[in-house]
Amino acid sequence: MEILLAAPALPLDEAGKYVAGAYVVFLVLLVVYVAIMAAKVQRIERELREVAELAERREENQAAPGREAEEAAPHA
Amino acid sequence: MYGKGLRPLSIATVAMLAISLSLVFFYAPLDGDQGFVQKIFYVHVPLAVVALFGFMAGGVFAILHLRSNDSKWDAYSYVSIHIAVIFGVAVLITGAIWAKASWGHWWVWDEPTLVSFLIVFLLYATYYPFRYAIEDRDRQARYASVFAVTAGAFVPLNFMAVRMAESLVHPRTFATAEGGMPGEMMLTFLCMLAAVALLFTTLVKFELTAKSASGQVKRLRRALDAPVSGGSSRIAPEVS
Repeated sequence: MEILLAAPALPLDEAGKYVAGAYVVFLVLLVVYVAIMAAKVQRIERELREVAELAERREENQAAPGREAEEAAPHA
Repeated sequence: MYGKGLRPLSIATVAMLAISLSLVFFYAPLDGDQGFVQKIFYVHVPLAVVALFGFMAGGVFAILHLRSNDSKWDAYSYVSIHIAVIFGVAVLITGAIWAKASWGHWWVWDEPTLVSFLIVFLLYATYYPFRYAIEDRDRQARYASVFAVTAGAFVPLNFMAVRMAESLVHPRTFATAEGGMPGEMMLTFLCMLAAVALLFTTLVKFELTAKSASGQVKRLRRALDAPVSGGSSRIAPEVS
């Protein structure tokens, strides 16, 4: 352990890669997280589109019998 | 609901991160002992501090959930712990890189600070299997809250125990006996701490917004899939 304490400071060219490594790890984790969240948001958007289509189809189905009745009324 | 204020918060986070990183590389002086390698300190320590506070925040939200039975607090607790675990991964990796550069080893097992953080991290890594092993939603939220409270209480106790233990090689950020950090280093550190805290808050809000949107879509789909009774729609009240 005394050897560890006595370790001298690394020269800039060697220390630079460690410092860059640490900051790149931070950045990569952030980018990976944002990419995962972007995929999640895309999935939500797709689901929302499907639900909107479902709602529209349902609305059409509900409106159809009403229209048929309106169309049939003058003939009656 | 959760997405309110997300845009200004994101802009503030990016601005604060840019300012803090500029301070780290162009303002803070080189450490006389460690030299350029000490720059890792400005990313490693704020991440560790914010991760530990995130774990404790998860515990506080869990208490609020247990007291009120409001699922909103369970979501806050889950997301706080989730983001803190991600920050924990960054702490362990950046710490290992710093250890290799300073001490010549990726990991030192007889160093209490390192091992205690690993224990806390592994404890929270069990949160996910524990939570998702329970199928019933209410029980899942309740048991996860009990876990979050217990583990959240362990974090400050663990921190104090480590501070009381004699450290062999790990530096103390706010050392009192040795006089602490110079002003420029302290300012840079505090800016980076604020930036990482803002990043944590932004990611928590972002995750909560995505979870809330996903939940709303599922509710909407369930309402649409349900058979129609009469002319009234069940969708509007559930979404509003």
